[in-house]
Amino acid sequence: MATIHVDGREYEVDDNDNLLQACLEQGLDLPYFCWHPAMGSVGACRQCAVIQYQDEDDTRGRVVMSCMTPVADGARISLQAPEAREFRASITELLMTNHPHDCPVCEEGGECHLQDMTVMTGHNYRRFRGLKRTHRNQYLGPFLNHEMNRCIACYRCTRFYREYAGGDDLHALASADNVYFGRHEDGVLDSVFSGNLAEVCPTGVFTDRTLSSRYTRKWDLQTAPSVCVHCSLGCNTSPGERAGSVRRIQNRYNGAVNGYFLCDRGRYGYEFANGDDRVREPLAREPDADAARSISVDEAVDRATAVLSGARGYALIGIGSPRASLEANFALRELVGPDAFHAGYDDREQAMLERILEIYRGSPARAPSLRDIESADAVLVLGEDLLNTAPRMALSLRQAARGAAVEHAEKLGIPAWQDHSVRQAGGARRSPIFLATTCATEIDELAAATLHGGPAEIAAFAQAVARALDRDAPQPVMVDSETGALARRVADALAAARRPLIISGTSSHSLGLVNAAANVAHALCDGARNVHLSMITAECNSLGLAMLEPAPLADAFERARQQEDYVVVVLENDLYRRGPRESVRGLLNNAGHCIVIDSLLTATGRDADLVLPAASFAEGDGTLVSSEGRAQRFFQVCPPAGAVRESWRWLQACTAGEGVAGEGLGAWNCLDDVTAACAAAFPGLAQITAAAPGHAFRMHGMRLPRQPHRYSGRTALNAATSVHEPQPAEDPDSPFAFSMEGFHGSRPGSLIASTWSPGWNSVQSLNKFQEEIGGRVRGGDGGVRLLEPHSELNLSWLDPAAEAPAGQGDLLLLPLPQIFGSEELSARGPAIGERTPEPFVAVNAGTAGDLGIEAGGCVELDAGDGVKRQLTLRIIPSLPDASAGVPEQFPGLEGLRFPARASLRRVEP
Amino acid sequence: MTTQPLTGRMHADGTPVSLAEYRDAGGYAAMEETFGHLSAEDLQAVVKGANLRGRGGAGFPTGVKWSFVPADESTQPHYLVANADEMEPGTFKDRLLMENDPHQLLEGMALAAYAIRAHTAYIFLRGEYFLAAERLRAAIAEARAAGLLGRDVLKSGYDLDIHLHTSAGRYICGEETALLNALEGKRATPRAKPPFPQVSGAWGQPTVVNNVETLCNIPHIVRLGAEWYSGVSNSKDGGTKLYGASGKVRRAGCWELPMGTTAREIVEEHAGGMRDGYRLRGWLPGGASTDFLLEEHLDLAMDYDTIGKAGSRMGTGNLIILDDQTCPVKMVRNLEHFFARESCGWCTPCRDGLSWVETLLNDLIEGRGRPEDLQVLEEHTRRLGPGNTFCAHAPGAMEPLQSALKYFRDDFLKYLGDQPGVIPMLHERVV
Repeated sequence: MATIHVDGREYEVDDNDNLLQACLEQGLDLPYFCWHPAMGSVGACRQCAVIQYQDEDDTRGRVVMSCMTPVADGARISLQAPEAREFRASITELLMTNHPHDCPVCEEGGECHLQDMTVMTGHNYRRFRGLKRTHRNQYLGPFLNHEMNRCIACYRCTRFYREYAGGDDLHALASADNVYFGRHEDGVLDSVFSGNLAEVCPTGVFTDRTLSSRYTRKWDLQTAPSVCVHCSLGCNTSPGERAGSVRRIQNRYNGAVNGYFLCDRGRYGYEFANGDDRVREPLAREPDADAARSISVDEAVDRATAVLSGARGYALIGIGSPRASLEANFALRELVGPDAFHAGYDDREQAMLERILEIYRGSPARAPSLRDIESADAVLVLGEDLLNTAPRMALSLRQAARGAAVEHAEKLGIPAWQDHSVRQAGGARRSPIFLATTCATEIDELAAATLHGGPAEIAAFAQAVARALDRDAPQPVMVDSETGALARRVADALAAARRPLIISGTSSHSLGLVNAAANVAHALCDGARNVHLSMITAECNSLGLAMLEPAPLADAFERARQQEDYVVVVLENDLYRRGPRESVRGLLNNAGHCIVIDSLLTATGRDADLVLPAASFAEGDGTLVSSEGRAQRFFQVCPPAGAVRESWRWLQACTAGEGVAGEGLGAWNCLDDVTAACAAAFPGLAQITAAAPGHAFRMHGMRLPRQPHRYSGRTALNAATSVHEPQPAEDPDSPFAFSMEGFHGSRPGSLIASTWSPGWNSVQSLNKFQEEIGGRVRGGDGGVRLLEPHSELNLSWLDPAAEAPAGQGDLLLLPLPQIFGSEELSARGPAIGERTPEPFVAVNAGTAGDLGIEAGGCVELDAGDGVKRQLTLRIIPSLPDASAGVPEQFPGLEGLRFPARASLRRVEP
Repeated sequence: MTTQPLTGRMHADGTPVSLAEYRDAGGYAAMEETFGHLSAEDLQAVVKGANLRGRGGAGFPTGVKWSFVPADESTQPHYLVANADEMEPGTFKDRLLMENDPHQLLEGMALAAYAIRAHTAYIFLRGEYFLAAERLRAAIAEARAAGLLGRDVLKSGYDLDIHLHTSAGRYICGEETALLNALEGKRATPRAKPPFPQVSGAWGQPTVVNNVETLCNIPHIVRLGAEWYSGVSNSKDGGTKLYGASGKVRRAGCWELPMGTTAREIVEEHAGGMRDGYRLRGWLPGGASTDFLLEEHLDLAMDYDTIGKAGSRMGTGNLIILDDQTCPVKMVRNLEHFFARESCGWCTPCRDGLSWVETLLNDLIEGRGRPEDLQVLEEHTRRLGPGNTFCAHAPGAMEPLQSALKYFRDDFLKYLGDQPGVIPMLHERVV
C-alpha cells in the first residue's frame, strides 16, 4: 500500500496500480478513454491528465497521464488544478473536432462514455470551424453496426479484438487524423468475441445490430440479473427488455466468472426468446387430429390434472432437462417421484456427469473459475474445442497464455497494467499450453504443441501424461513414440508449474477421456502445487441436473417398452436430440398421455398431446449450476405474457387436483420455497439458497426496481389499446419490482443487473461498484460454489479405456461442436442463424481421396441408425485418418451417437 | 591532422568509396584493433571518453546510451539498429554518408554492435533512398566476402550480421521506438518509455538505435583517440559535424566542419551567403522541428548547448533559411501540413491538434481567419508541448510555430488585415 495526496487529501492506495486506477478506486471522477480495466494502459487518448508535484514545495507541477504513472508512496497530484482541468477539457475539444454530435440519432446515446466524459471535462462550445473528416462505414455481419464518423480513435477496439481476443480481421488503418478502424473490406467479423466491441467502444462506432432492429434507449429497458443459458460456464448477463421482448444482452460483471466480456453466442443467443417458434399458449392435440389447437390455461390445467390424477392408474415418467433450472427439475421430480425422474440427457452423458461429480467430491483438484484459469501457468486441454464448447473459457485461456510474458516484463520492472510495454517486452514468451483435440482449432496458435485424434487417442495420450507424472498410474494402451515424447514434455511442463490446469469435458462423449483427464490431475496432486481441473459440461444446468440424481434416460425408454399405461411429462427438452429416434418416438407415442412443458415448440412438443408454454430465461427465475459447480440465480427480466409461466408453476398447477401425486408441490408459495425444498432434499445442493437473497430481501425496506429511474413511456406504451395504465405485475419470487420505484443504490453482487452512477451512464460506471478495479463487486460476486476440493485424494485411478464405437463402417464418426448452431436455444435466433454454417460432413484430404469425393460434393452419411443423410463434404486437413466429423446437433444431425462407425458414399444431390 | 574524418575520403564525382579505398585510408583498422583485443566495456569507455553525442538531433551521449544495455548473457539476443530513416525536412547528411562511403557506416555499426554484444544489426533506411540502398547492399556483400561480416569476423570469434531494411516510409519511423515497431512489421506508432529500447527494444530484446552520422564517428574515435576527437571540435562536444544549409542561399549543401562552427560561417562561407536580391530573415537550425532563430543569432556556435540556450535546438544541424521574400506564415503552414500528415494518429493532441493547426493556418492565409485564431494557435503550442503528447512529434511541430508567432507576429496579423467585422463566437454572443 502507498499513501498519495490528491488535491490535498490523503488516500491509501495499492502501490501496484497506476494513478488513474487508484483515483477511480477511491471513487474520484477522472475521465479516460483508452484505458480499460481489463486491458490496462497505453497512454493514447491523454484524457486522464493530472498535475503531479515533485514535493510539498512544488506549486507548479507538471502534466502527467495518470494511467501511465505508477503509484508512488508520497506522490502528490491534483485532479482539480486549473491547468489539469483545462488540459482535459482541451483533449475533449480535440476529440470533438471530428465527432458528428449525432447523439439524438446515435444508438449509444444515453449510455455513451464519450457523452459522460465530455460533460465531466466541461468542454461545451465548439471553436473548430473546419470540415469534419468523414468515413465510409462497413458491413461487419449480423452482430454489429459500424459508424466510423463517431470514432475518437481511442484504439480500444483493435486492442480488444486483436490483442486481448486474438482476432486478426479488424485493423487500425491509415494514419494521422484519418485513422480508420475496420476490416480490409466489408465482411463478417471472424472473432466470436466481436460483440464485446459494442461495450468496449466508448462511443457509438460499434453498436449492437440486434438491438438496432428493435431499438430502445437504455433508460427505457427493464433489466434484471441473468445467467447465460447457452453453455455451461454460467456467464452473468444483463438482458434488456421493453414491451415484452428482449432487446439485447449485455455483459454483467462477475469478478470470478466472466469479468468484462461475453462470447457472441451468449450475447446474441437471446433472440429465440422473441421468436415465432415460442409456445405462447397451451396446445392440445386430440388423438386422431394432425394439428394441435390452442386452449385456455384453465382447460390446459384441467386436462393435465385429469391425466395426472392417480385414479386413471397410469404410471408416471418424468424427463428432466439440463437446460431447465434446478427448481423446474426438482418440481418435476417431486411430481413423478425420485424413481420415475429420468435424466434429460443420454446415458453416456449421465455417466460422465456422475463421474465428474465423483471426481470433484473426491479429489484435491479444484474446479477453477474463469478468473482462476487466467492465472494458470501450464494448461493441458483434453478433447475440448474450447472456442466452440465453452467460448468464454477460450478467452480466459488466451490470457493465461500471456502469463509468462507478464512475468518476464515484471522482472524488467514493467507493471502488468503497462499493456503495450508488457506485450513488447514479453515478446513471444507464452505459458505452456497443450491442446489435444479432434482436429485443428482456432486457438491452436496459443499452444506449445497440439495433438489431433479421436477420443481413444487423446485418452491414451492423457494416460501417458499421467503415467509420466506418476509411475503408479496404470499403463496406457500403446502410444507411438512421438505421442510418448509429447506426453513426457507435457508432464514436465505441468510438473514445473505452480498452478497447472487440466481442461476436459463431455463434448467428446467419452467417459474414458474424462477418467484419463482426472488421472492427470490426480497425478499432479502431490501437495506441491494448486491443481485445477475444469470439466466442461454441455448445457447451462447439466451439472445441476446430475446433482438431482435422475434415473437414466434409457430406463425410461425401457419402461415405455414394458408398460402399457404410462404418462410421460417432458420438461424443457427436445428428446430427439437426446436419443435414438425410434426410442424417443416409442416413448412419446406409446404413452397414454404426453405432456411437454417448454418455451419452444420442438419435435418432441409436436408429438405431445398437451404442450404447456414455459417461461424462457427472460420470464422466469431459477438456479443453474455451471460447470465450475457455481450455483447462480437468474431473475425474470419481464413478467411472462399471457399463458406463459414458469415450468414449476405449471407442474404445481397441474397437481392441485384431488388424488394427484406430488402433493408437496402445493405447499410452495414462491420460488424460494422450491429452492429450499430442493436444498433440503440434496445435501450437495444445500447451499443453493445462498446463491442470491430471497424474495423477502429488501434494501432499506424497499424492493429493487427493474426499471431505471429515467424509464419513460410507462403510460403511453399501451395507449393504443387502453389509456389506463396497467397495474405493474407482481413479483412474488424475487426482491425485484417491475417498477421504477424502489432502492437504486448498491446491493449484493447477485442482485446487480446494470450499473449507473451520477455522471456515469455507460457500462464504465462499473468502477463505482467494485471493491477494486477488475476485482470483486462490492457486496460480493454472485453465486455460490457447491463443489470445493477435497483435502486429500479419495479416488483410485480411473479407467481410461475409450468406448468402442457402435455400428459398422470404415469411418469413425466424431462430433464437431459449433459455437453457432450446436446449442439448441441460440440456434433459433436469426443473428446466430446467419453465422451458422450449413450442415456438413468433414474428412481429411486423404480420406476424401480414398473415397473419391471432392470438397463441396454431395455425400450420403450412414451412421447405422437407420437414417441416411445427404450432406455437403468439407475437407478438414487435420482430422484423423479414417474419421469423419459432423457438426454436433445440427438440423438433420440430431440424435447421432458418438463415437460411432459410419460410412460415406458419393451421391447426386 | 585529420579534420574531415567522415567525408575526407569521398570522391568529388559522387562515386562511392570502395572497400579497397576505404581500407587504404585506414578503414576497418579500428575493427581489427578492437575485435578480440578490447572488451565491450573498454570500447564503451573509449566512446564515453570522447564525449560523442548522438547526431540524430537529441544529442544524447552515445557511450552512456550503450552502457544501459544489460551485460548479462541471459538477456541475449541484443540488436543494433542504424537509424537511417532521414526524413527531417531540409536534412540530407546521412544520405551523403551512406551514398558516398557506405563502408564507414558498416564499420561504425560493427563497432557499436560489438560494444553492446549484438550479433545482429539492422539498417533502417528511408524507403526513397534508392541509391543508398543499392550502395549499402553492395558494401554489405563486399564486407561479408572479405570476412568483415558474418561468422567469426576477422577471426576474432565474434559473429555479426548486418541487414538492410528499407522503410515503407513515414516520418515517425525516425522516432526510435516507432522505428522498432515498423522494423517488426507493426504499425509505426511510438512505444511508451520506460522501458527504453536498451532494455526492451526490437522483439522485446535489448536494442540500441543510433543515428547514421553518430555511427560513422565511431571508427575514427577508436582509431585516432579521444584527444584527437576533442581537438577537431570548436566546442566542448567532441568531433566534427555535418552541417548543411538549404533555402535561398547561393550554394545549398552539406559540409563536415568542426563541432561548434558558427551559423554565420556556415551560411556565409560554406553556403556562399544569400542569393542576390534575398536577405536572411530567419533560420531553423536543424530541420523543421526546431525553433526559428534570427539574423542576430548567426554568430552563435552550432552546438547542442549554445543553440539550446538561444531558445531553439541544434537538431540535425542542417539549416533551413527563411528569406525576406518568403512568407513565414506560409512556410509554417507548409511545415504544419507535413507534421499533421505525418502524425501516426496514436495520441489525441497530435492527431487532432496538428490538423486543427493546419486548418487554422489555411483559414488565415485564405482570408477566413479571425483574430481569436491566433490565440487558438498559441494555445496549441502549449497544449501540444512536451509531456502532453505520447512522443516528441507534436512538440517538435510546435517549435517553428511558436517561434514564428513570436518573431513574425506581424506577418500573421497582416492576413487578418482589414477584413470586415469578425463574427463573434457563439458563447460570446450568449454572454
